[in-house]
Amino acid sequence: MSEFILETRGLTKHYGGVHALTGANFALAPGEHVAIMGDNGAGKSTFVRQLTGVEKPTSGQIIFDGVEHTFQSPIEAREAGIETVFQTLALADDLDVPSNLFLGREKIRFNLGPFSILDKKAMREATLAALVKTGVKIPNLMNTIRNMSGGQRQCVAIARTAAFKSKLVIMDEPTAALGVQETAQVENIIRTLKGAGEPLILISHNMRQVFDLVDRIVVFRRGRMVANLRKEETDGQDVVAYITGAKTGIEYEGAA
Amino acid sequence: MANTSHGIGGLTFDPKKRTRPPELNVLAALVLIIVAFEVLGQLVIGDSFLFNTRDNVDTLFNEQRLQIIILQVAIVGIIALGVTQVIITGGIDLSSGSIVGVTAMVTMSFAQVAVVNGNPNPKAIFGAEWMDLPVIVPLLVGLACGLFAGMVNGLLIAYTKIPPFIATLGMMVAARGAAKWWSKGNPISFPTDSYAAIGKGMMPVAIFVVLAVLFHLIMTQTKYGKHCYAIGSNEAAARMSGINVAGHKVLVYTIAGALAALAAIVLSSKNLTAQAGMGVMYELDAIAMAVIGGVSLQGGRGSIIGTCLGALIFGVIISGFTFLKLDAYYQEMVKGVIIVGAVVLDQWRQTKKGRG
Ligand SMILES: Nc1ncnc2c1ncn2[C@@H]1O[C@H](COP(=O)(O)OP(=O)(O)OP(=O)(O)O)[C@@H](O)[C@H]1O
Ligand SMILES: [Mg+2]
Repeated sequence: MSEFILETRGLTKHYGGVHALTGANFALAPGEHVAIMGDNGAGKSTFVRQLTGVEKPTSGQIIFDGVEHTFQSPIEAREAGIETVFQTLALADDLDVPSNLFLGREKIRFNLGPFSILDKKAMREATLAALVKTGVKIPNLMNTIRNMSGGQRQCVAIARTAAFKSKLVIMDEPTAALGVQETAQVENIIRTLKGAGEPLILISHNMRQVFDLVDRIVVFRRGRMVANLRKEETDGQDVVAYITGAKTGIEYEGAA
Repeated sequence: MANTSHGIGGLTFDPKKRTRPPELNVLAALVLIIVAFEVLGQLVIGDSFLFNTRDNVDTLFNEQRLQIIILQVAIVGIIALGVTQVIITGGIDLSSGSIVGVTAMVTMSFAQVAVVNGNPNPKAIFGAEWMDLPVIVPLLVGLACGLFAGMVNGLLIAYTKIPPFIATLGMMVAARGAAKWWSKGNPISFPTDSYAAIGKGMMPVAIFVVLAVLFHLIMTQTKYGKHCYAIGSNEAAARMSGINVAGHKVLVYTIAGALAALAAIVLSSKNLTAQAGMGVMYELDAIAMAVIGGVSLQGGRGSIIGTCLGALIFGVIISGFTFLKLDAYYQEMVKGVIIVGAVVLDQWRQTKKGRG
């Protein structure tokens, strides 16, 4: 019945006295790519953590794929079809690339409960396939990721989303640590998702990137949504004005 | 799969670029220490550490000494297998020595014979109807003790968020108290023949090897092992990835408790008696074996193979000191130095990697 793949109504998160997120009404159409922008501490990652079951919202609703969800854990959000690249990456330094890709959802050769035998070969092959898809350079898959560069680690985290089928991809500053070439690769991955009709929420501080990639820009300021702009109807200066507080969207007047 | 290139810029899978397994360093250290004792032996007391120098036995190596070394480390080695898993998940277990004590006491009570040399068992704990039981009874009772103590550790650590150091310190004191209370401090002796067979001769070594192989496979080939490393490496990431961190911790400490109980069974069977003071300081010896073997106290790194090599190094050093006829007091001091040295080495490796 809903024309949206994801909708939040009045989504709110308070950490004690810190109002990190207040009354976010956000909607994402199928196949749509939306950027969330805003200064440091605006509440962008907080918003993501509520959507992905990492934290439980103080109040508000999350409607995903036509169903209202209260995710109890990240794995529930993932099982529902939300793949996330967290800003903190959520990688285990002492594990190799395939183990990180399949962390928490390992492929199993036969099931013995917690002592299930891993299917290492299948995971290695799926990892190769995912990395080929993303075009990431990694010296050796079987090394631990401890000594990899920030960019390589980020690529491992992104390849994770590519290895699994999903209905929605969320990336929290996926290119923050990347060089020019690697950034281009990640942007290609995002274009591939667009081509495949997969919806995406992209959090980024990079104005050029946002205007290159997405259909719509949502601006957060001090825990509130303050603008919802179609890309064609805005420009860089306009967005900056919303981010800094020089302007506030008409529909959000009085909010912040 | 070797040398394949893909994608933009090329993704290479080059086996030559694989980092060297750290166990090789531990193995090198083991060889080095043996050579050092060999040289010291020739110089200081004019005897060989490794090779047979007696005319009445026709073997190349001094097999007697080698047997003593592995027998010495086998029992504590069983504990070290569990401690390794605990440390890899980023925890610590100080209670294993005391779990050995209380388990040995309880188990031995269920393994006694009714009649010794025609007289009633002078050390009897229970009445005659609880004596001469089939060996499975003390085995199950002993394992249950270890499982219970380990599970209490795990539940405390996973659900009350007490640091593992404190929770297992509490268990260390409590379990030792229970061991003393059980028979009011009296030793418990005279087990059945079938119970005595468990730790006879080289049986402790055989049991240790079987368990080491089993847990090596578990740590390298199963989800359980993978999650141990993941939790020790980055607990928040493990949680975000959907791993049941609390449940896993309970399992790890329970297994460590069970392994301490197995060590108690083997030890009390080998000694044919149980005393409340059994296993004192074993927890530190086990931790030392793991740390020497490259298990990082920061979690996430180490292996069963490493711990086995660490156990051998530990045994060689103790035996080497006896061989050089050095005072037993030195052994204790050296043990302390080894433990601290291994931890310093581990941290030094980390900072070096961090900069590089
Ligand atoms: N666990 C927490 N406890 C208390 N306050 C928190 C917590 N997590 C976030 N905050 C606060 O909530 C606010 C929003 O943080 P958030 O991480 O969502 O910002 P962000 O928009 O993602 O910023 P950045 O661009 O720097 O990533 C900040 O003021 C932050 O200090
Ligand atoms: Mg953020």
